[in-house]
Amino acid sequence: MIGPLLRRDLGLLLPGGRGGAGVLPLLFFLAVAMLYPFAVGPDAQLLARTGGGVIWVAALLAAILPLEKLVTADLDAGVFDQLHLRGVSEELAMASRLLAHWVAFAPLLLLATLPAAALLGLGGETLRTVLLGLLAGTPGLAAVGLIVAALTASLRGGAALAGLMVIPLAVPILIFGAGALSRPESSGLLLTSAISLGLCAIAPFAAGAAIRSAREG
Amino acid sequence: MQARLAAKDLACRRGDRLLFRGLSLECDSSAAVHVTGANGIGKSSLIRILAGLLRPFAGTVETVGGIGLVDERLALDESLPLGKALDFWETLDGCRDAGRAMELLDLADLLDVPVRFLSTGQRKRAALARLLNRDCPIWLLDEPLNGLDTQAQKAFEALIAQHCQGGGIAIVASHQPIALPSPRTIALAEFAA
Repeated sequence: MIGPLLRRDLGLLLPGGRGGAGVLPLLFFLAVAMLYPFAVGPDAQLLARTGGGVIWVAALLAAILPLEKLVTADLDAGVFDQLHLRGVSEELAMASRLLAHWVAFAPLLLLATLPAAALLGLGGETLRTVLLGLLAGTPGLAAVGLIVAALTASLRGGAALAGLMVIPLAVPILIFGAGALSRPESSGLLLTSAISLGLCAIAPFAAGAAIRSAREG
Repeated sequence: MQARLAAKDLACRRGDRLLFRGLSLECDSSAAVHVTGANGIGKSSLIRILAGLLRPFAGTVETVGGIGLVDERLALDESLPLGKALDFWETLDGCRDAGRAMELLDLADLLDVPVRFLSTGQRKRAALARLLNRDCPIWLLDEPLNGLDTQAQKAFEALIAQHCQGGGIAIVASHQPIALPSPRTIALAEFAA
């Protein structure tokens, strides 16, 4: 059951897919990394010290962009109704969507971190910490995004609201993920992973419940 | 085909309005029911309650056998060609003979056309094709004739008759007359609260 579901979700969400945000989040992410040196000036030391945090903020904001199309279209088209009738639970549909959402935005984001790090003049050690942190944090960002997208899918103007709701929920990931940059030991990365795993475990259930309650509305 | 649908003492509330109450319905194999009533009286809500998609305010629904639902929502990917969009559901439903529905509903020429370019009637026929491919005993149809031309209406009425002959159940909510085999009519106005 999960095979065709995942294939359809990936077809929707992957860049170049039919329903996703495409490469827009990626370009947004790179644009922030490009604009930051223009804004603070060419102080290489300052850039190297703060660049890691900027990449984190850019990644968090880029993760908000695809949310608008994550759930709404399928909810309006009655896809989840038809899946429900076929015994595919909302939880399973949301688990598949979570995986597809992460695959569609995180690997490319990690790849784009390389040119972003070059633009900000980050050192090798910092880049490594940022990459590991994003690898640990992006599943959590995807999970928060999915929950919020499902919660706001049936609301008018839900997309803008979704963006605002993601930010406070993503703060713990940001604190520990970006915090790892200023700490020599790896406790920040481990905590980020823990938060991510927790959120990923909750997300299918929370988002599934949101879809079900949207039906009653 | 073994099929059964029993609803007991259903009531439906939308917002703070009670739409209908005390509605009971028993269907065994080969039953056809026509649910009639004016706009907004709760026909679509009844169909969704029977499908298990909406919680009734009171009462219970029991079903034996798979449920196929056709309502105003197509559940096909708008940007995909029709054939590809139907493919997804065919795979999920394990449909072996998708060509049959295409032929019966005269869709074969439209398989390459993206779903968003289809006309109202063509979209309805696509939804009916999804239903036929599913091969399930209980059909819940919400205004299935909307947008269909006379010829397609006749063809679909024949398909319902065939479905019921094979032991299936068809429950049709429609404000327009529809020819059903040995139909029972439920006028929702009688259960209005």
